[in-house]
Amino acid sequence: MERTTIDLWVGIFVALGVAALLGLAMKVGNLTTNNIGETYTVTANFENIGGLKPRAPVKSAGVVVGRVADITFDSATYEAVVSLTLDKRYPFPKDTFANIYTAGLLGEQYIGLEAGGDEVNLASGDKILQTQDAVVLEKMISQFLYSKASESSDDKSDATESTKSNDDTLGASPLDNIGKPATTE
Amino acid sequence: MIKSAILIALVRGLRSIGHQSIKGVWRFGAGMRLFWLTLISSGESFRRFHLTIREIYFTGVMSLIIILVSAFFVGMVLGLQGYHTLQRYGSSEAIGVLVALALVRELGPVVTALLFAGRAGTAITAEIGLMKATEQLSAMEMMAVSPISRVIAPRFWAGVIAMPILAILFSMVGILGGYLLAVPVIGVDAGAFWSQMQANVDWRHDILNGVIKSFVFGVACTMIALFEGYDAPPTAEGVSRATTRTVVTSSLAVLGLDFILTSFMLNV
Repeated sequence: MERTTIDLWVGIFVALGVAALLGLAMKVGNLTTNNIGETYTVTANFENIGGLKPRAPVKSAGVVVGRVADITFDSATYEAVVSLTLDKRYPFPKDTFANIYTAGLLGEQYIGLEAGGDEVNLASGDKILQTQDAVVLEKMISQFLYSKASESSDDKSDATESTKSNDDTLGASPLDNIGKPATTE
Repeated sequence: MIKSAILIALVRGLRSIGHQSIKGVWRFGAGMRLFWLTLISSGESFRRFHLTIREIYFTGVMSLIIILVSAFFVGMVLGLQGYHTLQRYGSSEAIGVLVALALVRELGPVVTALLFAGRAGTAITAEIGLMKATEQLSAMEMMAVSPISRVIAPRFWAGVIAMPILAILFSMVGILGGYLLAVPVIGVDAGAFWSQMQANVDWRHDILNGVIKSFVFGVACTMIALFEGYDAPPTAEGVSRATTRTVVTSSLAVLGLDFILTSFMLNV
């Protein structure tokens, strides 16, 4: 085969490869959506970050405004120190609230920022003071079980207490009930 | 009597294990020496780049059809299988993420390397083995032309250049196949398909790592094919055995390297 024909085919081959790589980067990957130009970094301490991972999105009002850059453990306070890279275009007030949310029931975790009312904005290196930890499912279940258990024990004690309270009301003056909503008996 | 027979069998078995290990290490060392020789004498394949371009044509361009057709089907099968499982959890929109991540991270580089070993690696081994059998390589040496810089190095660089391109094309066409199955056939929302994919596929951690993988596979597959050809006994049987060994060794090397590279890239 002629050398020029071979050159042409190889040229087409390489061009196709480059085009496919660009296509992957633009259409499939997040090179365009993740292209945060100038950024500033703030930190936030959490007692429990749950399953938060580096590169998780930071959202405000549902819009991605940054990414989780790094997660470290502070052995002095036993807290997780999460540093967030935020887009310079989106300034946030100093009293911004940082929560860890879960996307969907089983989805990945992300940080949600709720802007406060302070007039001074967060600058690079600042710390978000108001944070709310991730919801740990096991904790929630144990709390729920605990409250259920105490409720049922309350029911039992209510039964014994009700007679006692009746005795109390007997001795009390009917004037005490003035101003209170009428109880159906 | 029986005891000594068992002992003899045991010794024979151990001896054959030892022989195979020594042979394996020896072949690995010889392959590495050829790799090093290829690297230091590859100046000519860049100075006379048309030599390399010719080989890119034979290993890369001629492999396009098998790579692209299999990529298309692999993408469609991934879409079908993924949909079947994901719709049980009501998240069939995640099919785009599944197809893209599977292709870009794993299937693109690995399946391309396996197909490349079968399509181009065998051709390289057979060609060089036959060149050796018909004493073309010795004739070159007689003319003071180094067969390594004239024959081996251009083929090596052609394989190293062609493999990442083929793997990228594989991933792209596979994703297109998954798209064509998921969106028009099954009826997944096109916007969700692409946006979920873009939200979860990372440029550096997924796409670039896939390219790095395919580059490593390119070096391994091409080098194994070249070594087997260069090392083949100059007989018809020798060349045929070398060709078989190319496919077996390349496939094992690709899968083993894939595990090592993946465990490094995921940082578990």
